[in-house]
Amino acid sequence: MPIVSYQISHLDALEAESIHIIREAVAEAERPVLLFSGGKDSALLLRLAVKAFYPARLPFPVMHVDTGHNFPEVIAFRDATVSELGADLIVASVQVAIDEGRVTEQSGVNASRNRLQIEPLLRAIAENRFDVVFGGARRDEEKARAKERVFSFRDEFGQWDPKNQRPELWSLYNGRHRNGEHLRVFPISNWTEMDVWQYIGAEGIELPSVYFSHTRLVFERDGLLMADSDYITRLDNEEVFEATVRFRTVGDMSCTGAFASTASTVEEIIAEVSATRITERGASRADDRTAEAAMEDRKREGYF
Amino acid sequence: MEHTELVRLATTGSVDDGKSTLIGRMLYDTKQIFVDQLEAIEEASKRRGTDYVDLALLTDGLRAEREQGITIDVAYRYFATPKRKFILADTPGHIQYTRNMVTGASTADIALVLVDARLGVLEQTRRHAFIASLLRVPHLVLCVNKMDLVDYSQKVYDDITDDFRSFAARLDIADLRFVPVSALVGDNVVDKSMSMPWYTGSPLLEIIETIHVASDRNLIDARFPVQYVIRPHTMEHHDYRGYAGQIASGVYRPGDDVIVLPSGFESTIASIDTFDGPLEEAPAGLSVVIRLEDHIDISRGDMICRPHNQPQVGQDIDAIVTWMSDAVKLRPGAKYGIKHTTKSARALVRDLHYRFDVSTLHRIEDAPTLDLNEIGRVTLRTTAPLFFDEYRKNRQTGSFILIDEDTNNTVGAGIIGGAAL
Ligand SMILES: Nc1nc2c(ncn2[C@@H]2O[C@H](COP(=O)(O)OP(=O)(O)O)[C@@H](O)[C@H]2O)c(=O)[nH]1
Repeated sequence: MPIVSYQISHLDALEAESIHIIREAVAEAERPVLLFSGGKDSALLLRLAVKAFYPARLPFPVMHVDTGHNFPEVIAFRDATVSELGADLIVASVQVAIDEGRVTEQSGVNASRNRLQIEPLLRAIAENRFDVVFGGARRDEEKARAKERVFSFRDEFGQWDPKNQRPELWSLYNGRHRNGEHLRVFPISNWTEMDVWQYIGAEGIELPSVYFSHTRLVFERDGLLMADSDYITRLDNEEVFEATVRFRTVGDMSCTGAFASTASTVEEIIAEVSATRITERGASRADDRTAEAAMEDRKREGYF
Repeated sequence: MEHTELVRLATTGSVDDGKSTLIGRMLYDTKQIFVDQLEAIEEASKRRGTDYVDLALLTDGLRAEREQGITIDVAYRYFATPKRKFILADTPGHIQYTRNMVTGASTADIALVLVDARLGVLEQTRRHAFIASLLRVPHLVLCVNKMDLVDYSQKVYDDITDDFRSFAARLDIADLRFVPVSALVGDNVVDKSMSMPWYTGSPLLEIIETIHVASDRNLIDARFPVQYVIRPHTMEHHDYRGYAGQIASGVYRPGDDVIVLPSGFESTIASIDTFDGPLEEAPAGLSVVIRLEDHIDISRGDMICRPHNQPQVGQDIDAIVTWMSDAVKLRPGAKYGIKHTTKSARALVRDLHYRFDVSTLHRIEDAPTLDLNEIGRVTLRTTAPLFFDEYRKNRQTGSFILIDEDTNNTVGAGIIGGAAL
């Protein structure tokens, strides 16, 4: 039997808080769902959710908003993880939304399907009548997130109103809502990138291979190394070369940049993260560089 | 894995006391600021025509706030030293944001209150200290900022600390400390200042790194609010029935005799389960699953505690409420949803006894209502019994929120004084 000391480590404290949040949301929800992209934060979130209900099975499905531009490694990881858990997977597809004319594909060099995720996400929430949607966002990621509540209310249009958020005190969460409204619940709000990696290391949580150093064909754009793929249009002067890289976050191939790295284990990644001088998003998200308030604008419309 | 401790801070100060600069300075000097963030604020500083890099911009959040140039909501920041990981609730200090400060203070281990050395202790400072003491933040550090603008004068500092001490004597602050700083220059923030040799204490970062917080938890009174009943219904765990929750206070061990409220049934803890295996001992703060030797009907909102150390049980509650809604007022006779631990019920405001003038601590009798940001003493009657302790003994079982039943908004935050007659 492991012996617990009265002093709780920061990872134990964060884990306990997250589990409390997950149980609280599920206890008060009718139809919860967990957003699972296959990225490290959602892998962590899924592990915490499994822990929260152990030894019972996960009492809700997981959902992926599939842009159609994902890394194949990530999709393979998603499917393997879900089937190992025996969980139900719902896929909300951006491609289908485009094919059905519900959203319009952007064109041009910086085209991204990022914003196009909002429609299929909100549609899937409405169709399945989900009233609690777990997300793996963290407050240290981005300025607009720093102020978002753990239980973040969304009106019947899925909108977030940053000026009208419910006060959140102690560990008392208000999950009340009417039909058609829902809550985004962010159990790992208080985790930092470093916490996530430390926990992944300590727990031996599996991740997609793209997080670890590998060689791949890339080209440089705005200081980021973009993976060469069918999903991104290269300019004439953007030459493809082979590099040893890894990804710090995992989004669409069209907007997630890699950087040169030889870190191939969690320990090496932790060492790299502690030495780095660039934020996660700055290092890898082309989409957030467009405007100072890019994230806040997307969030208001119902984004993750 | 090294055992880094999690510590929660709340910072507050009046507008322009230098709070954002101080936080920016702490993040910057502890190397939590990244190159791209620095570049972004350098650019923003230039656009606004400031001639130095405005560290305050690091902690400025939403667009609306950027437009108005002030912080209007609680924002959370993170930084770490080798010993501790800090969660900092950055709360604006103006009176119209009292609710935000109460929010930040509700979970804080340490409150950092800023004053401008040129202005000394203001009405706002007293209000901040009052709120920190009301919310039972165990440690308060008064940061006397902008010392560079008063020639690093010891006399100025001593006068301010004396003034604050005499006010704080009327409050209930368990641990009070002072530090003279210059957030702009960096004196006594991370490194000890060369300009104030008369100050023999530690710089701010060292203070918050070494304040002992583990013993602030209540490890005496065993309180386990049942959150969720776990029944796997699988072949492997056919008869498994466990009670999931986060231990609010005290320590639980297998073999402990327990009583379940409200039923009053007694049993013994069979095991304390987690995904990582059973525990021999589980202290306050952990999320676990408790199994009992006997099959008793237990549901969410019930509480598992010790037969000889039980919380108060009752429907009539005396409490101090901070009102958080600008849409509706708290009125005697009104009914609200109440959430206390994992229990939800309805509450009737039987009486509003008085409202505090939060700057003078005077009681204003015959207040007809509580408005946004007002704090007052009420008596509530709840539809179901609550299992509670006085807030000053137990921040988990002594706190509740009030919810408007029309809008579902959280409209009030309450701390329990005791049972009402
Ligand atoms: N001289 C001096 N100016 C300071 C100091 N701290 C903050 N300031 C200035 O005071 C003003 C208000 O600071 P800010 O951090 O925005 O205050 P906030 O409203 O409390 O967040 C800014 O112009 C800062 O540069 C200090 O220690 N010394």
